[in-house]
Amino acid sequence: MTDLTNVKPYGDTLDDGMVQLSFTLPVPLTNATKEAARQLVVKMGLSEPSVVHAGEISNTFSFFIIYAKCRQGIDITQIVAPEVALEVLSKKEVDDFIKQNVKRKLNVLGACIESDAHTVGIDAIMNMKGFNGHKGLESYHEINAVNMGAQVSCEEVIRKAYDIQADAILISQVVTQKNIHITNLTKLADMLEAEGLRDKLVLVVGGPRITHELAKELGYDAGFGPNTYAEHVASFLVQAGKLQRGCGKFVT
Amino acid sequence: MKKLNLDEAKIARGRELAGQIVQQVQTYINAHSTVAVERAILRLFGIDGVDQAEVPLVNGVVARLHKAGVLGKGVVYWLVNAMLQLQQSPQQIAEAVVEGRLILEQLPQKSAEEIAALADSLAKEALLQIRCRRKERTEFLSRYGKGPEPMLYVIVATGNVYEDAIQAQAAARQGADIIAVIRTTGQSLLDYVPYGATTTGFGGTYATQQNFRILRQALDEVSKEVNRYIHLTNYCSGLCMPEIAVMGALERLDVMLNDSMYGIIFRDINMKRTFVDQFFSRLVNGYAGIIINTGEDNYLTTADAIEAAHTVLASELINEQFAFRCGMQPGQLGLGHAFEVDPSVTDGFLYELSQAQLVREVFPDSPIKYMPPTKYMTGNIFKGHVQDALFNTCSIMTGQGLHLLGMLTEAIHTPHIHDRFLSIESAKYVFNTMRNLADEICYRPGGFIEQRAKEVLDNTLCLLEQIAGIGLMEALAKGYFAEISRSPEGGKGLEGVFQREPEYLNPFIPLMLEGVHEDD
Repeated sequence: MTDLTNVKPYGDTLDDGMVQLSFTLPVPLTNATKEAARQLVVKMGLSEPSVVHAGEISNTFSFFIIYAKCRQGIDITQIVAPEVALEVLSKKEVDDFIKQNVKRKLNVLGACIESDAHTVGIDAIMNMKGFNGHKGLESYHEINAVNMGAQVSCEEVIRKAYDIQADAILISQVVTQKNIHITNLTKLADMLEAEGLRDKLVLVVGGPRITHELAKELGYDAGFGPNTYAEHVASFLVQAGKLQRGCGKFVT
Repeated sequence: MKKLNLDEAKIARGRELAGQIVQQVQTYINAHSTVAVERAILRLFGIDGVDQAEVPLVNGVVARLHKAGVLGKGVVYWLVNAMLQLQQSPQQIAEAVVEGRLILEQLPQKSAEEIAALADSLAKEALLQIRCRRKERTEFLSRYGKGPEPMLYVIVATGNVYEDAIQAQAAARQGADIIAVIRTTGQSLLDYVPYGATTTGFGGTYATQQNFRILRQALDEVSKEVNRYIHLTNYCSGLCMPEIAVMGALERLDVMLNDSMYGIIFRDINMKRTFVDQFFSRLVNGYAGIIINTGEDNYLTTADAIEAAHTVLASELINEQFAFRCGMQPGQLGLGHAFEVDPSVTDGFLYELSQAQLVREVFPDSPIKYMPPTKYMTGNIFKGHVQDALFNTCSIMTGQGLHLLGMLTEAIHTPHIHDRFLSIESAKYVFNTMRNLADEICYRPGGFIEQRAKEVLDNTLCLLEQIAGIGLMEALAKGYFAEISRSPEGGKGLEGVFQREPEYLNPFIPLMLEGVHEDD
């Protein structure tokens, strides 16, 4: 019976602590290098390391496969997994949700506004190809994604939002100087407010310097920082839409 | 060896339809040029460098003429006129223009004949440089030879060109035949080519002439050491496609990613811009003896590999026809496809075999570029290694040309050095142990593999008929490829397209269309 207060890796016998590792050292392969790899694993805190394979990657790199035992255990009963504020849905789940609940394609407008000339962020979220293997919103069957690119003025964004009857606007701010991104973002939020559009759509901002907290402060519905992919944004859009249905959002 | 019992008349019909489709676009291409084409011409004339704001001189010159509304005559006209008037070099003139000391269109104008004559001789001089680099390659190849097909093609992506050079050499020593240096994600949408060596990229470096030179030197060194010519690859795509072609030709790249439609579909670059740009870039690539790789494999990362198989073949036929119109030879066309069938599909491997054999037989003289599984790769690296092994098996069984190695860590990170090592080791093992297997195998007449290939070919003809009926631009607007729709007026870069005036001067086009003769 596994002791949940002291769980160890399992190879073929309970509590044997077996782990497998592989890594490269940037040195030529010699007997000394092999021994170095073994001792390095001891330094990692593992015991009884056994170098089962050592290969020469080139004359300056060596590759090792090592088995060792982990003596440490972990008390699983004390682990609290942090709650994810956002339920991240798959692309299919997002599409299905829109199909069932909105019953038409969601119009999503994306732009990198004003001074910022960097499309990499908005492209990662919007474009078909996406980023890092995560497809962009263009690849979602139930989303009509319109990417306006970079250095788009707030006026153009609003014109386009009317044009395509945007359900959501995604703003990217990548490179900023003297906090000009704050000025840009505030300007757009104020203009949407003045147009009476603010409550009719979901407004999201993303970028390396953006936090959710900052976004809320600036009057946005959400802010996404680094390591955000299209599915995060899409999940938020459908969930925000669901929460706020009835006040104009996503209702045909 | 033909194994699928395909109807040759259908293949011929596919080519004929693709030819019709491309010819409609070619009429548009022949009447237009772009800012990127004109900048590429300035690069061919030897203009290099950037101004104080890091803007390339070629951009400065072309942008001024475009703004003045006189680019319809072609940048050659204005530059050569200035050379005749001022007796200065192209570089001196470009510097004077960018510094505001010279306004090209305000100079008195020499006769059109005089301008055309000098332009022609300057163009011939520029093309001689490209032929020299091409000859160098031929000499290297005859001295060292190259890896057997499928050639092992790997990617390095450190973001620092000097680190890339080290990793590229290490990969060559392990057995790689072709090395691609990953380009920074955002470059395809830049309407200028960055300058100098990249040391701080994120998962890629810029395609710059300096970076090309650094890698070329590193690979020439290692070619000598491993006694095998190592091919260098980069990305001739995006808004600066023609300029990157020129840089690659001058720095002796061997392989270029260069698709006629990829930028339109996957980067939302305007289609008119792309069609005109791909024409000039392929003229240069063709003339430089570069092998191009097309991007049909990407269709299958969005669309389903079984359902959309015919779109791949249709697009390959279209890409081929575009390339033929730039004077490229079948041996230069690394037409792309990929091993992307969902691994959970029963007989998925048979679908892969059928498709790979089909592409091989439709393009018998082209070095088909075969891409590894990416869509269904997971964090389970052990399973991933098996998926890649099956991909290797399919490749050797069907005689693919350029084999991009799959990485067991595909879904996790850009390859670590041992990921690449394990991948090369596995591919070498599979290729060696099955080296002559293909010669021993034929497929059961009327069996699944043969029937599937027939079905894909039939569907391809259907799709090509439809596209020929509505035109390629309309087909792209309707989302025929990768299920993405693009409008002829949408996307980036349309403002850089302009109509050629009757006096438009570009001696490179006719000269390059003549091709390279063996006695050169």
